[in-house]
Amino acid sequence: MSFFAFSSDDPSRPARRTFLGQSGLVLTGTAIALLAGKEALAKTGGGATENDVRILNTALGAELEAIAAYQVGAESGLLHKPVLDLAVSFQGHHKEHADVLAKTIAKLGGKPVVAKAKYTFPVDKLKSQEDVLRFAASLEKGAVSAYLGAVPLFGDRDLAKAAASILGDEAMHWAVLRNAVGEAPVPSAFVS
Amino acid sequence: MRAASAVAAAALALAAPCARAADVKNGEEVYSRCLACHALESDRVGPRHCGVVGRRAGSVPGFEYSKAMKASKLVWNAKTLERFLADPMKAVPGTTMTYAGVKDAKERADLIAWLDAAGRSAACASGPASSRR
Repeated sequence: MSFFAFSSDDPSRPARRTFLGQSGLVLTGTAIALLAGKEALAKTGGGATENDVRILNTALGAELEAIAAYQVGAESGLLHKPVLDLAVSFQGHHKEHADVLAKTIAKLGGKPVVAKAKYTFPVDKLKSQEDVLRFAASLEKGAVSAYLGAVPLFGDRDLAKAAASILGDEAMHWAVLRNAVGEAPVPSAFVS
Repeated sequence: MRAASAVAAAALALAAPCARAADVKNGEEVYSRCLACHALESDRVGPRHCGVVGRRAGSVPGFEYSKAMKASKLVWNAKTLERFLADPMKAVPGTTMTYAGVKDAKERADLIAWLDAAGRSAACASGPASSRR
């Protein structure tokens, strides 16, 4: 299996760290944008807000499941460094998404969904590192599609923009995971 | 003349489904868009899809549906799936399937054909997937 351009002694690792740090800053900025100035919207209790909260809660549910899926992968014993580190960093992104989504839902007057006590994953089919990566890639691809299908539905365009920011992050995860299993990282010019 | 017309009509009736035959393989590809929330064999953010064709909406035991879905009185078949998948939030206002929809009619037809075929597959016949948290 071909793996990423960066290995533990790869000189590009600092650049990756910088990139991850920058993306964290961007997400923090998005979080601030999400959480700031929504009080008036939250108070309206109008249909648009109710819909927006429902969209955010569905996204939160998927993010919480993604966190659990990466945990299963991390604990499977099938992932080896540096793949394991990368999976944990992706899980960290999903945790950040979930945290922002939950806070925003609460800010808008909604009740954030919580993680399920138990998730069902096809662990019997995960026999190798490649299996885990392909499974993770399928979830990330689905996440890209889910956010793509949610972005146009938001009544609040700031929320649409924030969701698009998360979409971009999921798309990067998908591309990296595809590359890791030897597939073209970006299979087409558009996602659907 | 009348007989000839009847034959022509019958031929058209047979030919029409062939001309619009669903592409099950493409349907599987379209289904990959659903994988953030759905699986065939297990409930996730959305309910399992094994057996969805022919099932009453909101009826998978143990799955927490929206009130709107439970009250929809829909039974999933080609017609109801076509309408729902085109615009879930319009078809069932209040659904938690907050997704704009599969807007391409051919893709919807392919997806529905795949859901139907997958529901009759060995994977669905073998029961729930293994679970682990």
